[in-house]
Amino acid sequence: MEHYLSLFVKAVFIENMALAFFLGMCTFLAISKKVSTAINLGIAVVLVQVVTVPINNLIYTYVLKGGALSWAGLSHVDLSFLGFLTYIAVIAAVVQIMEMILDKYVPALYNTLGIYLPLITVNCAIFGGTLFMAERNYDFAESVVYGLGSGFSWALAIALLAAIREKLKYSDVPDGLSGLGITFMTVGLMSLGFMSFSGIQL
Amino acid sequence: MAKINVKEVLFEPIFNNNPIALQILGVCSALAVTSQLSTALTMSIALTLVTAFSGFFISMIRNFIPNSIRMIVQVMIIAALVIVVDQVLQAFSYGLSRQLSVFVGLIITNCIVMGRAEAFAMSNPPVPSFLDGIGNGLGYSFILIVLGAVRELLGSGSLLGYQIIPLVNDGGWYLPNGMLLLPPSAFFIIGFIIWALRAWKPEQVEEEDFKIAPNSRASDVL
Repeated sequence: MEHYLSLFVKAVFIENMALAFFLGMCTFLAISKKVSTAINLGIAVVLVQVVTVPINNLIYTYVLKGGALSWAGLSHVDLSFLGFLTYIAVIAAVVQIMEMILDKYVPALYNTLGIYLPLITVNCAIFGGTLFMAERNYDFAESVVYGLGSGFSWALAIALLAAIREKLKYSDVPDGLSGLGITFMTVGLMSLGFMSFSGIQL
Repeated sequence: MAKINVKEVLFEPIFNNNPIALQILGVCSALAVTSQLSTALTMSIALTLVTAFSGFFISMIRNFIPNSIRMIVQVMIIAALVIVVDQVLQAFSYGLSRQLSVFVGLIITNCIVMGRAEAFAMSNPPVPSFLDGIGNGLGYSFILIVLGAVRELLGSGSLLGYQIIPLVNDGGWYLPNGMLLLPPSAFFIIGFIIWALRAWKPEQVEEEDFKIAPNSRASDVL
């Protein structure tokens, strides 16, 4: 249990998807003007991440990894070069299916998340989570925890940035720097702050 | 269709419509791979090739793609191209490919590639789409190369691994600025590049949604 807890804390703070690995930056910078939309988008990312990372983990362990097909009698086959293609197809499919399920059973959530769900297909935080999972050889339970942690880390970061930007718009920023420029500087300072977690050993 | 101006398609994205500085596309990899010039260059070349060829192929079959599944079709084409790039890198320069780790794979979800496929290749013939891909790749490469050069030169006193400024440790005079090797510094440098670009081309400055009352700025008082 302690192992999973430390994996979660590590994924949220030390290896924060947005502020330590800089994944999902495009949406992170573009859709962080209001706290409420940022939180909705964050929830969508957590949902998708918790589903896709474990599914991709199963596919990686039982189909793609070198020697993984031994249950089918093909022990010398190594399909790991097909990884990118498979993962992205799984992510696109899961997002599509999730959109339909939410639309049918949880319409309230669907209406708030609506336009953000398709955007998530091309969010590198989702794809990056899967690639890190494959690179580090997590087992199934670890991949569930890692999916939850990495999704939550991204949600936390975008909520924080949106909160800062809501205050920042009342400040007097030099002309050329206003908008995108000052946002880059803010994120730089935030990620410097998050670097202070990097010394923690878990 | 109006004749497409080759020069405009090719060079417009470098300064006037830069993917990173104005369109906010493809920022992730710009930060993580630019602590050295060599990785920045590799990444630029890989991304330019993928954007150009994905634009070319997607544009070739654009009239046969049903609208409802166009995202998946685009992603599949891009993923196939990225696998080729990844395999070539692993075969010919394994060290670089280890350093870039997951970021080659992340070209698939790099919004520049998808964004250009969606915005340009779906409505234009193959050759202009190819040029548009190269142009946007160049705009991205411009930022990456500036970042990589500044960070490697000031952070470790070298360029492409060759020592340019003699370091204090080796008996020279330059004390390297270690912060530039850390990823957050890339944010500050991109911020400054955006500031410089917008000071040069004021039409790119964003409209503020909150106006400060007259005579309350520090600059008005002085």
